Amino acid sequence: MLRQDSAVKIAVEKHGKERKHLLPVLQEVKRAKNYLSRSDISDVAAEMGLSSAHVYGVASFYHFLDLEERGRNIIWVCKTISCYMKGANDILLALEEALKIRLGETTSDGKFTLLQTNCIGWCHKGPAMLINDQPYTDLTPEKVVEIIHEYNQ
Amino acid sequence: MSEKMIHLVIDGNKTSVPEGTTLLEAAKAENVKVPTLCHHEDLCIAGNCRVCVVEVDGWRVLPAACATPAMEGMVVYTNSPQVRRARKDILGLLVSEHSSQCTTCYRSTSCELQDLASEYNIDNEIYINLLKNEDYVVDRSSWAIEKDNSKCIRCQRCVRTCAELQKVNALDVIYKGADMKVTTFFDNPMSEVVCTTCGQCINRCPTGALTERRYIDEIWEAIGDPEKHVVVQTAPAVRVALGEMLGYEPGVRVTGKMAAALKHLGFDSVLDTDFAADLTIMEEAHELLDRLKRKLVDGEDIPIPMMTSCSPGWIKFIEHMYPDHLGHVSSCKSPQQMFGALAKTYYAKRIGVDPKNIVSVSVMPCSAKKFEANRREMNDSGHQDIDLVCTTRELGHMIRQAGIDFKKLKNSKFDKFMGDSTGAAVIFGATGGVMEAALRTAYEVVTGREVPFDGLNIAPVRGMEGVREAAVKLENVLPEWSFLEGVELRVAVAHGLTNASQVMEEIVIGDSPYHFIEIMACPSGCIGGGGQPIPTNAEIRQKRAEAIYTEDEKMKVRKSHENPEVIELYKDFLGKPLGEVSHHLLHTKYTRRERV
Amino acid sequence: MARRKLKRVDLIFSKDCSCRDILADALKKPREEIIRMLIESGLKGRGGAGFPTGAKWKMAAEEESNRKYVICNADEGEPGTFKDREILDRVSLKVLGGMALCSYVTGAREGFIYLRHEYRFLIPKLEKTLDVFHKWMDELDLDFRVSLFMGSGAYVCGEETSLIESMEGKRGEPRNKPPYPTSDGYLGKPTVVNNVETLVYTMMIMRIGAEEFRAMGVEGSSGSKLFSVSGDTPKAGIYEIEMGMTLEDFVKEFGDGDAKAVQVGGASGFCVPRKRFSETHIGYQGGLKGFSLPTGGSMMIFNSSRSMYNVLHNYLDFFEEESCGQCTPCRVGCQQLRKGIEAIKRGEKSHKYLNDLLRLSETMKLTAKCGLGQSVANSFASIVENFREEMIY
Repeated sequence: MLRQDSAVKIAVEKHGKERKHLLPVLQEVKRAKNYLSRSDISDVAAEMGLSSAHVYGVASFYHFLDLEERGRNIIWVCKTISCYMKGANDILLALEEALKIRLGETTSDGKFTLLQTNCIGWCHKGPAMLINDQPYTDLTPEKVVEIIHEYNQ
Repeated sequence: MSEKMIHLVIDGNKTSVPEGTTLLEAAKAENVKVPTLCHHEDLCIAGNCRVCVVEVDGWRVLPAACATPAMEGMVVYTNSPQVRRARKDILGLLVSEHSSQCTTCYRSTSCELQDLASEYNIDNEIYINLLKNEDYVVDRSSWAIEKDNSKCIRCQRCVRTCAELQKVNALDVIYKGADMKVTTFFDNPMSEVVCTTCGQCINRCPTGALTERRYIDEIWEAIGDPEKHVVVQTAPAVRVALGEMLGYEPGVRVTGKMAAALKHLGFDSVLDTDFAADLTIMEEAHELLDRLKRKLVDGEDIPIPMMTSCSPGWIKFIEHMYPDHLGHVSSCKSPQQMFGALAKTYYAKRIGVDPKNIVSVSVMPCSAKKFEANRREMNDSGHQDIDLVCTTRELGHMIRQAGIDFKKLKNSKFDKFMGDSTGAAVIFGATGGVMEAALRTAYEVVTGREVPFDGLNIAPVRGMEGVREAAVKLENVLPEWSFLEGVELRVAVAHGLTNASQVMEEIVIGDSPYHFIEIMACPSGCIGGGGQPIPTNAEIRQKRAEAIYTEDEKMKVRKSHENPEVIELYKDFLGKPLGEVSHHLLHTKYTRRERV
Repeated sequence: MARRKLKRVDLIFSKDCSCRDILADALKKPREEIIRMLIESGLKGRGGAGFPTGAKWKMAAEEESNRKYVICNADEGEPGTFKDREILDRVSLKVLGGMALCSYVTGAREGFIYLRHEYRFLIPKLEKTLDVFHKWMDELDLDFRVSLFMGSGAYVCGEETSLIESMEGKRGEPRNKPPYPTSDGYLGKPTVVNNVETLVYTMMIMRIGAEEFRAMGVEGSSGSKLFSVSGDTPKAGIYEIEMGMTLEDFVKEFGDGDAKAVQVGGASGFCVPRKRFSETHIGYQGGLKGFSLPTGGSMMIFNSSRSMYNVLHNYLDFFEEESCGQCTPCRVGCQQLRKGIEAIKRGEKSHKYLNDLLRLSETMKLTAKCGLGQSVANSFASIVENFREEMIY
């Protein structure tokens, strides 16, 4: 069995222990575990010789360093003005309907978490969303159902 | 090399300041006090609160005076209509995220936000109250520190204090935007984090967001209970700072008035922690010599350097941060706790009171003493050794509450027994004082002569340098200490936990050149303790230190081993330093703690 | 001044040039010559703040230091802006070329692309480009390496000192200035932080010369720039256009025939109502009569079906979340503005409260620590003043 903190060790070995490596390390651990737990944060702090509260403060600053447990796929629906004007709320409703969860929740099978985010840089093709790193644009309620379906295959 | 001078105009007055001077400092030199909140002389510049904005000709924005260097030719206005308007808006914003229940706030009348809100005539109704219900939940989990987020103005002075001065980082800023707040690791209760309870954050909090946990009411309760015999002890640093709570300038010694006030308040016995400080020196000096003997003569693997143990903030710090090195810490209890263990044993017997009816109160310059008193192991008397700890500030409040005109009080003396002290005990209150007191005794124990410093004043360990060191050569020693002949006793003194870490790092890598190290958690030692009057800055602490050394000079007896009550105590009860009774009552053990 | 019509330009995405050749030629020029060209070209930072690029490079070049850095700011987060993504997707070698040029001029041997998290999908492509680029560096004998540094989601990190703090492993909070990054940047060393588009233009100026670049646009706002067009438009997308166009021409070209307002410069920019279209130019202040609005390129068009209250509310939500929270005017001010307009809309506060909020926004503009907090007033005041009824009823 992998040791609980192995993701932290691997990340620190890969990126380094200096202060300037903190963000890459946190990003790496987050990618490995899909979110940063309390023990991840304190392990990173211990490995890098920083205070736990401080690493917590840094991690919580950044939107994509999730501090709560997430599903395997995180859906980020853009809520900023251009997407909002093109019907981002309908997309959100369609996703809630398709996934049977509310905004901020994770499906019971742990497959999806539904969240919102600020401008993701696809304003000319709104509404847009990210699933993990992948952008999806020109969304319609029908289209998002198909996309979710593909992830469910 | 001459400093480059910068010429500028402040409120119409031409002036020049050395390059690198901030506008805030430049204005101060012109006798203009620009209002500040996030700025603190002990800390790095933040430029967060923006209350100190000023107008500069030709600038598009109003820069923060604290964070802007004076530049050649600047024309600065510190009180223009634009500046007044902006400051008023900013203060209004701060008030809108601040619980304005000033009537129930411990810091009312000593709150920097309250002062400025009043000066700027802030209307509470302008902006919408932003506080949420959960903001009003006060964290009272710690024995020592209360944290009330509803009063936090996010100036981050506490964060900087905890990071820069103490290297603890128990408090930090989390999240951003509207959710940004100052808190602990994952918002854990203060009692469950790495907080050393030193209280330096309290001293620098401009509002009532961080305060000591108060025991004022419990103390009144005890005093009012006819069944109880309430003894009070006062730490050395209290007597040089209490005056600040009661209308005196910093640096005034109020020892006699303090004793009088305590009697007035109704304490049954007014005693002195200084007595226990002398006792601590007896035990600690002998422990040092014992360690050296076991190391040098018996070849035992005894951790050297030995480190002092009087500062409970420091103890908690090393327990969290360097749990593998607890062996370096002297096993001596702090003076407060030695006093406590004796009060409910020897003293109780001596005055013929059942120890369970004794309430032992201490007045401390410290918030960590509250934590220390509540450590589980501190009950060697068979009862909780110290029942209630209040700070210098709380005592000031009590004296005011009792309606005592402090300045008019006639000097009084401490009661006996455990009221006698020496100059060596008094200087415990300043950084380097324990070291100096210990050397006065240890040197004399080993050589039979007084320390070879003019007037017993061991100047090298005094002062405000973060880490100071000194060496004393032991020559012509008494026969029983022959193994120390020619040994150069190397000592160091550090105050503030950032400096303590520096000393600890040498120990961690096995490269510490010292035999004995004094550590005080608080900058400047107990005179700058977390329970001392607010405000604090280097100048105020310096004045308190000078008062401490004056107090020492004026004492008839200035060496701990010459304290007549201490001599009597050994003869009558303890036997000898490090003896069996001492071991049971006056020494302790430490606990490994997490670094989270 | 005669009205300028829209003039489309094809520099940034043009394929008819070899980056490697441009670079090889430029590296034969003395450093001073390159700085001189940039200054003469009048190129100003295309991220939105508009600091003269040549002057920035010159400052960093004149610093004495054993280490210097070049950072490409690809933390594009301004609502309505997506040009940097497009550039990095299609012509990233031009960006890297600009960084190499800066390296040559300033003596920086290390460079970073600070890429926003939302653009992670670009990483594989960028890494391949970096391999090509590093081979060029070897061939051209320039001791310069570039690596990617990923953001993690914080709009404020587009502010250069926040970006640097973030790279140093801290919360992305803006620093007090001075000092500026050109003297005290990443790890305390002289650092040039340039926007993606700016770096491409430095290369293009090497290619076409300062004069030709300056011939485009208008006095004080020379050259061309990319515009990200979105909102109520049938032609949403990226367009390279000469500086100095009027909003009237812009709307004629891109509007849906019913434009009631254009938001120039994203949430931190200005909202221009229809009646001002003809007198409003796109450019830096000072060069043109009427209103000149600088922009990082975000152009959002709103037609008459849109509620400007909703638009403003969306912006304020955005700022409330994205403020770093350290300074009072921005942290508390954003919350007060949002709650304030809600209270007015609900009738809990009188419409006169809008005046208090306008004053507050002015205070934020004057006293906030960084550009984020200072610029909230731009959209707030321009929307509230021009669409006051929509805020109340």
